[in-house]
Parts: sequence; C-alpha cells; structure tokens
Amino acid sequence: MNTQSLYQEVILDHNRKPRNYGILDHASHHAVGHNPLCGDRLEIALNLDGEHIDRIAFHGESCAICKASASMMTVAVKDKTRADAETLIQEFRDMALGKLDPSGQHHLGRLTVFAGVRDLPTRVKCAILPWHTLQAALNSVTSISTEAADDPMHAPVGGAS
Amino acid sequence: MTPVESVLEPQLTSVFDIERIRADFPILKLKIDGKPLVYLDNAASGQMPQPVIDRLVRYQTTQHANINRGVHYLSGMATAEFEGSRRKLQHFINAREDREVIFTSGTTDAINLVMHGYGRKFIGAGDEIILTTLEHHSNIVPWQMLAEEKGAKIRVVPINDAGELLLDEYERLFNEHTKFVGVMHVSNALGSINPIKQMIAFAHARGVPVLIDGAQAAPHMKIDVQDLDCDFYAFSGHKMCGPTGIGILYGKADLLERMQPFKGGGDMILSVTFKKTIYNTIPHKFEAGTPPIAAAIGLGAAVDYLSAIGLEAIAAHELALLNYATEQIRRLPGVRIIGTAAMKTAVLSFEVKGVHPHDIGTLLNQEGIAVRTGHHCVQPVMLRLKVPATTRASFAFYNTMAEVDKLIAGIRAAQKVFA
Repeated sequence: MNTQSLYQEVILDHNRKPRNYGILDHASHHAVGHNPLCGDRLEIALNLDGEHIDRIAFHGESCAICKASASMMTVAVKDKTRADAETLIQEFRDMALGKLDPSGQHHLGRLTVFAGVRDLPTRVKCAILPWHTLQAALNSVTSISTEAADDPMHAPVGGAS
Repeated sequence: MTPVESVLEPQLTSVFDIERIRADFPILKLKIDGKPLVYLDNAASGQMPQPVIDRLVRYQTTQHANINRGVHYLSGMATAEFEGSRRKLQHFINAREDREVIFTSGTTDAINLVMHGYGRKFIGAGDEIILTTLEHHSNIVPWQMLAEEKGAKIRVVPINDAGELLLDEYERLFNEHTKFVGVMHVSNALGSINPIKQMIAFAHARGVPVLIDGAQAAPHMKIDVQDLDCDFYAFSGHKMCGPTGIGILYGKADLLERMQPFKGGGDMILSVTFKKTIYNTIPHKFEAGTPPIAAAIGLGAAVDYLSAIGLEAIAAHELALLNYATEQIRRLPGVRIIGTAAMKTAVLSFEVKGVHPHDIGTLLNQEGIAVRTGHHCVQPVMLRLKVPATTRASFAFYNTMAEVDKLIAGIRAAQKVFA
C-alpha cells in the first residue's frame, strides 16, 4: 500500500483551496456530519430547485482527506439532479469500501483519486463523511455521526487510549 | 576521549544497554512498507519482550489446567504459578499483603470493580465524587453511571494551560458531602505526573478514600502503594510488557473486605445454596469465574523483566528521550506541544499548524512511525485546551534518540506535503 498515492496534488489542492466553502443562505436542505473519533465536523447546505441542486456549500473542521472529499463532492454534484447525486454517493461509498473498481464503469471521474482510502481502514470514514452528510441533507436528516447507531457504514473503528 | 568520559561510559552502558534491550523485543525488528518500525504508541499499548512470550508458551505447553480445587498435578501447578504471579505483583507495587492484589481484565475493569463494589455500597444521594479534567473516559463514565443511579454529584478538578491540576481548586472542592476521589497518576494524553501523594493526604485528612488510575504510571516509575497510602490503585498489563486482558486492582484489605462483590460466579464463593451464598475471602471474592491464567502469569514475568532492568533506569532513559524530543520538536516552526507540565512522563502530544493529526499520522505511518491521533479518550482535556485532536508520540524504554530524529524528520516531511 502506497500512502503517498492518497495525498495526490489534486487532494492537497482542494484541501488548500476548498471550493464552495462557506455558509449558504436560504438553503432548502442542510445537515451536519460528525466523526467523534477524530473530532471532524462538517456542515453541508444545499438548495434544491425542484430536483435540481442549484447551490451547495460546506464548512467545518476536518482533516485534508475529508475536506478535499467535501470540496470535490460539491463540485461534482452542483448543477446535477438529486438522482445524479444519489448515484455518486453510492458509487463513492462503494469505491471507498473497495466494492467498486475505479478503472471500471462509473460516474466518479476525478473522484477516483480517493480510491486509495480502501487500503486505509481508519481513513475510509474521513473520505466518506461528506457524502453521508450530503445524503443526510438530501433526506433532511439534520445531524449524522460516523459512530454507533448513526454510523452509516456500521464499520467499527476502535479508539484505544 | 577524556579519562573522565571513559570511566563514565561503561558504567552507563552496564546499567542500561539499549541495544541489548531492543534485541529482547522481536516486534521491533519488523519493517513497515520496507521501513524499520518506529513504535511510539506505547501509551496505548506496549510491546512484549521475548522472556514474557516464552513464559506464556511455557505455561501453555507444560503447566496449564484450571486453577483452585483441582487435585491433579497440573491444577496444582497452575494454581501455584498464578498465586506466585500475584505475589510478584504485590512486591512490584509494595503492597502489604498479597490478598490486596486482585486480578482484573485491566484498568477499566478495576475501576468498574471499585465503582460497583465500593461506590454502589457507600455512595448515595447527595454525595459528591471528585474527579479531574485529565481523567481518561474509563475513570469518568463509571462514576457518571453511579452518580445517575444514586443521585450523587461529580465535581471536577480543573487544569491550567500546561495540563497541570490546580491543587487549590482541588482542595476547595471538598465539603461534608465528599465521599470519594478518583485521579489518574499520569495523564495518558499529556504525560502530566499528578501530585497524587499530596492529594491523597489531603483527602485522607477529611476521611475520603482515593482511587488512583495508574495505567500510565506503572510502566514508567516505581510504584509504592504503601508510601502513596492510596486506597485503590489500578493498572493494566499490556502497557507494561505484559499481555492484554489482564490488569491489577490494588485495594487496602480492610476496604476490600467491606466492599460488595462485583461479579457473581464460581471461585468468588465459599458456599452456595438457594437460600444463602457465602462469599469467599479477598482477593477471591472479586475474581469470579476462570481468570486469564496465562495472562496473569505473563504479567508476573513482565514485572520480573521490568524490575531486572530497574524502574529507576527506565525512568532516567525515558526522561532523556522526553527532553531530547521536546527540544527537537520546539525547533520546528508551526508545531505546538500540548501538555507542558513541569513533571511529565515521555508523552508528547502536539499539533502542527495547518495539518490535521489524522493526516500527520497517516504520513508518519508511511515512514514506519506508529503514533496515535485523535482525542485519546480524554474529550474533556481536548475541550479544555481547545484542540479537537492531537498527534501523540509516547515513548518506552526501548525507544532511541535515533527514533526521535526519525519522528522529527517525519513531521518535517508532512509539513512539506502541506506547505
């Protein structure tokens, strides 16, 4: 496993200069995502015009993987339909869990730079948190967590002292 | 070389031969992605030397049977070795009697034993329990459960920005409702060594018993429970060269005798009828069921190993590591040490400006360096010091100055990635 491949320039760039970063006024949907294990917290707000995502923004505190994932996600789903976004959420999640071959058929495009997290079980949640938060926002669930009953992945990650 | 140095050097190496010590730990020969393992996650769990591994194998291959009451050879052998290990632990912490040493599954189990055995019997509505901001979740949550059940109240000793307990505030928290004090000997997240002897004396002057969470102290310094005069002292085997699944609760005999059992079952009884059960004497009253016999014997071998090196020599080497690492890390721009208590064990928590701890941890791992990142099971400490998470390098006596250099180089490299 080569970790270096995870910290590719595109990820570092989105971490340095996150796109669609900030607070969105008059959003129709929003949700907060939490990873209590590492303290990551992410808020996503979007506006649905019918089935069309016409505006989206995120802000919060997180590691580079999470922030870059959120940034690239907002770019990917902006001006798409809810159904398109849901497809991407499913595909991204499958890729992060190693269930989707990044070189095969999918709609992820450059988001495949995150394929490396599948070899880093403790970092999978970092990459996936924005996507689950987006899903929660689309379903108007206002707060999700990566832990316990709220864990969308039901994948236990230990927190030794 | 001057004559003075040539006299000093052999003395130092004869006391503490780091290369010989490292050779005892087979795991230190591992390579991670082709890089030699630099294991700096000792506060989470330590590594096991060959003599302890050998002891586990010898027990399992030639001595194992269930302990107590067996009339056959192996049962007698296993019982003798198990009880022999208890006496080794007794001497290791200088307990007055071996029956004051209870085998538990670890520090968490030991604290829960005190909560159930002592707390549920002697702490009631309106009573107050004093804990500190530094406590590990394992010395917070059991007491919160008790407080909720009984209607008791938890009072918390604050810390300063360096991560030191405020003793004046501690003393001010006492009143006629104070019934118990729980405090950690050494902070797992910051390394602060707390002035527990002084705190115990103050509590005792007011008739209040004190539990010490010694999980982070027992591997690093000489523990003398009689000198401390603590009422309970809890620690874990796996942080001190022993196996997981075993730990110790020391308790003063008179307190242990007055306490109610924690778990019911075999071995903790003298007689059972459906009308009445008579509990066994201490320590057996608190050791229901078949214990992890091999792990208990392994822990005995671990304290033999630590004692042979000498806790004073261990503490001296680790202090040198801490001082060197602190000095080196302070030279790095943008890196801030979290936890700067005057008295510390070799724990370095830090944050790197602009780089999340998880990213640091992942990049260090790429260099074979194992550190821990996150909240370290002390969310109140993180909240108080206003850091969401830290990167923590925690050292053991088998770590070297060269490994400190690798850590520093690794942090520099991570900074470069995020520059």
